[in-house]
Amino acid sequence: MLNMYGTALQSRLMLGTSQYPSPASLAESVKTSNTQIVTVSLRRESGDSLAGQHFWQMIQSLNVHVLPNTAGCHTVKEAVTTAHMAREVFKTDWIKLEVIGEQDTLQPDVYALVDAARLLVQDGFKVFPYCTEDLSVAGKLLDVGCEVLMPWGAPIGSGRGLNNPYGLRTLRAHFPDVPLVIDAGIGLPSHAAQAMELGYDMILLNTAVAKAGDPAKMAGAFAQAIEAGRSAYEAGPIEKRDMAEPSTPVLGKAYLV
Amino acid sequence: MNIAIIGAGVAGLTCATEFVARGAKVTIYEKGPSIGEQACSWWAGGMLAPWCEGETAESSVVKLGQHAKSWWKTHTAQVQENGTLVFALDRDLSELRTFAKRTTDYQSVGAQEIAQLEPDLGERFSQGLFFPEEAHIDPRKSILSLFDQLVSAGVIFKFNCEVEPGTLSGFECVVDCTGLAAQDAIPELRGVKGEMLLLRSRDVTLQRSIRLLHPRIPLYVVPRGNGLFMVGATMIENTERTRVSARSVFEMLGSAFALHPAFSEAEIVEIGVDARPAYLNNLPKVNWRGKVLTVNGMYRHGFLLAPVMARVAANAIFEGYQIPELMDEYCY
Repeated sequence: MLNMYGTALQSRLMLGTSQYPSPASLAESVKTSNTQIVTVSLRRESGDSLAGQHFWQMIQSLNVHVLPNTAGCHTVKEAVTTAHMAREVFKTDWIKLEVIGEQDTLQPDVYALVDAARLLVQDGFKVFPYCTEDLSVAGKLLDVGCEVLMPWGAPIGSGRGLNNPYGLRTLRAHFPDVPLVIDAGIGLPSHAAQAMELGYDMILLNTAVAKAGDPAKMAGAFAQAIEAGRSAYEAGPIEKRDMAEPSTPVLGKAYLV
Repeated sequence: MNIAIIGAGVAGLTCATEFVARGAKVTIYEKGPSIGEQACSWWAGGMLAPWCEGETAESSVVKLGQHAKSWWKTHTAQVQENGTLVFALDRDLSELRTFAKRTTDYQSVGAQEIAQLEPDLGERFSQGLFFPEEAHIDPRKSILSLFDQLVSAGVIFKFNCEVEPGTLSGFECVVDCTGLAAQDAIPELRGVKGEMLLLRSRDVTLQRSIRLLHPRIPLYVVPRGNGLFMVGATMIENTERTRVSARSVFEMLGSAFALHPAFSEAEIVEIGVDARPAYLNNLPKVNWRGKVLTVNGMYRHGFLLAPVMARVAANAIFEGYQIPELMDEYCY
């Protein structure tokens, strides 16, 4: 069973909580996805006096693990402050660390990411860093004490799937024992299945579910695809070949003609 | 029948209008000093755009919202029946395709048709969606015009009066239209913060509501006449009613600039903020809470759905109609 920071998990799907047509639709999607972890943002919702309380209470009432994030933070200081606030609001030492470096693609500022991760780990946080498939950055994040990595598949919300399957395969091969979660860019259940077939441990979804015509139904579709991808990985897929190999016997047939 | 309404926002005033039409004697209690900015409807866009709302809203909003135009035409002279135009910037055209997939009753328009409908946007957009049956009103003028009519009809307004619905006596019926202020009594009610701008520009002329789709920062612009434009609106999951963030203003202005660069020289006339009252499914509800009839949860659909809610409330009070559980079964 998957284990992240000492928490055993059956579901390999994490669900983001923004952009749904309504909180009721979010709650329904949480159900159909069978997820055990939801992510939630605080930076913008907190306002001046934690004015987002009501929404956060609703999230907590979903009875799943809450992984607060630092979405919308662009500097180490912002991210660290938001993480502390999240710990207070949700009574959890988990934090999904996002430090945005580029406004258009929302790709992480990997320098600030490593710095913020170091500070937060020293402060007792269990950090889930949003990173790219870059091996050296991944190594540095592990060095400073992260035990989980969350590389992107493609830019946040882009729905493009796995932009760099080669890079993601390499990352998996380099860190075989680290829980790896595809954080962003998934658009279709087939993308999620592909990542799971590569041996990724978990998929985080938000836009692909929240913005679907029927979010709850799409959440269910992803749950099935992720389960299928994981089973396929465990079952040991065959390698591609150039030659056809008939699965029925050819003996006695004129195959040499 | 002698009825008390608490709250003089769009919900309270539309209810009063329906009740008076059925011969009731109505008293409205309002905690603010006058009709105006204490109600979140004061900051609304005033779009009567049920089909566009179908992008994310339930089908009941699309269906029942279609009655709004005729109701407002009957009760105010302000309805602008010019439709809605929906655009996306070139790199976000997938948003336009998705919007088209999720909505109905539109025409796909090209550069020429856009130039005919909105000459100022003709050079800027080469494709869009036109919803010809949609309309918009000026929320403030409409609310004030309802107020004037109600005063003429003998409705008593008690301003600066904060009352508990349960404590009022001498009325056959009490109707709670207090929106987010009822949050303590109705735990499932929450606030969804919205920020808006009022801009004045002599360089841009628009006839109808314009929506600019964007994956992160969707925007609408509603012309108010005399060079005034309402630009909105953010949707943030919190209950703050007075604080406008720099990011929100920055994003709305950026999007307005993307719609038409002339907005960069516009005057910022007003920056507004309030929180919309919403239930968990973002649908409004009329329901009895003991002897008090509650009309609440209009979310971002106050002007669109208040007429239907007011009629459902009137039918419950005057005809004793059972209010259906699902909004989908509400009748206008």
